[in-house]
Amino acid sequence: MKSSVIIFPGSNCDRDMDVALKKFGFNNQMVWHNDTELPKSDLIVLPGGFSYGDYLRCGSIAGKSKIINSVIEYAKSGGLVLGICNGFQILTETGLLPGVLQQNKYLEFICKNVHVKINDTKNKYFKNIKKEILELHIAHNEGNYFCSSNELKLIEDNNQIAVTYCNKDGTCDNNSNPNGALKNIAGIFNKNKNILGMMPHPERMIDKYLSGEDGSIFFENLIGNLN
Amino acid sequence: MKIKVIVTLKNGVLDPQGKAIQQTLNGMGFDSVKEVRQGKYFDIEINENNEVKAKSKVEDMCKKLLANLVIEDFKII
Repeated sequence: MKSSVIIFPGSNCDRDMDVALKKFGFNNQMVWHNDTELPKSDLIVLPGGFSYGDYLRCGSIAGKSKIINSVIEYAKSGGLVLGICNGFQILTETGLLPGVLQQNKYLEFICKNVHVKINDTKNKYFKNIKKEILELHIAHNEGNYFCSSNELKLIEDNNQIAVTYCNKDGTCDNNSNPNGALKNIAGIFNKNKNILGMMPHPERMIDKYLSGEDGSIFFENLIGNLN
Repeated sequence: MKIKVIVTLKNGVLDPQGKAIQQTLNGMGFDSVKEVRQGKYFDIEINENNEVKAKSKVEDMCKKLLANLVIEDFKII
């Protein structure tokens, strides 16, 4: 399986993602933001970081970069596009995913492990996944998901909520919501579920020497679904 | 020609920075402050002599980049 990770100026999770993808069997390539064509890929990843210094709004400048038109075309033709953290923000700014990631409710940068519940398994990312609740890492200042009530209804009706913040037992409530996100939303799909954006970083949880290994479950499952 | 743009959050969209500023102002003794909404201001120097054309181009810029219409409104002044 071939994957490509896009590097924007200010991306800082691109190498972690490269290590994670290769560890679980992807033949990964790095793609520079000024390129205009994507290599043949089964998965495109927009990594975390602070693309273009988070100027204007997080992800807004990356959403107009040279490579992004090819990413949009790839996504619209049904290709798998995964955006993590800043990558999720970029996906909302391009309009590939609905809604927006606003500043965290309590105005603080949050860097900690959280639990997320997988809400939908009828997709390439989570089909057959062996755990319903994953412990993953978040590190963001703008992760407070918001969309209009009309948009929320569409998202819920189409089962587009991918993962929600919860406690370790799977309860989604205010106490388990780290950033004020609407309905505890930590990640969403597009309508066809080939595009996934999420704030938690599975690439940071792929080794016993890190603070957990639930990211390994995500990547093992994903490549298993693609093979 | 110089065109000015103000981008603000739509009514009803949570503005935690505005809220923090309001609470600080209240704490400083400015008791009459009821609400603060924070926004962005852009000064755009555009190579165009016709004001209508210039504003129409800036409107396009606002819709495509300067404002995120999911949560923000813009005003060209």
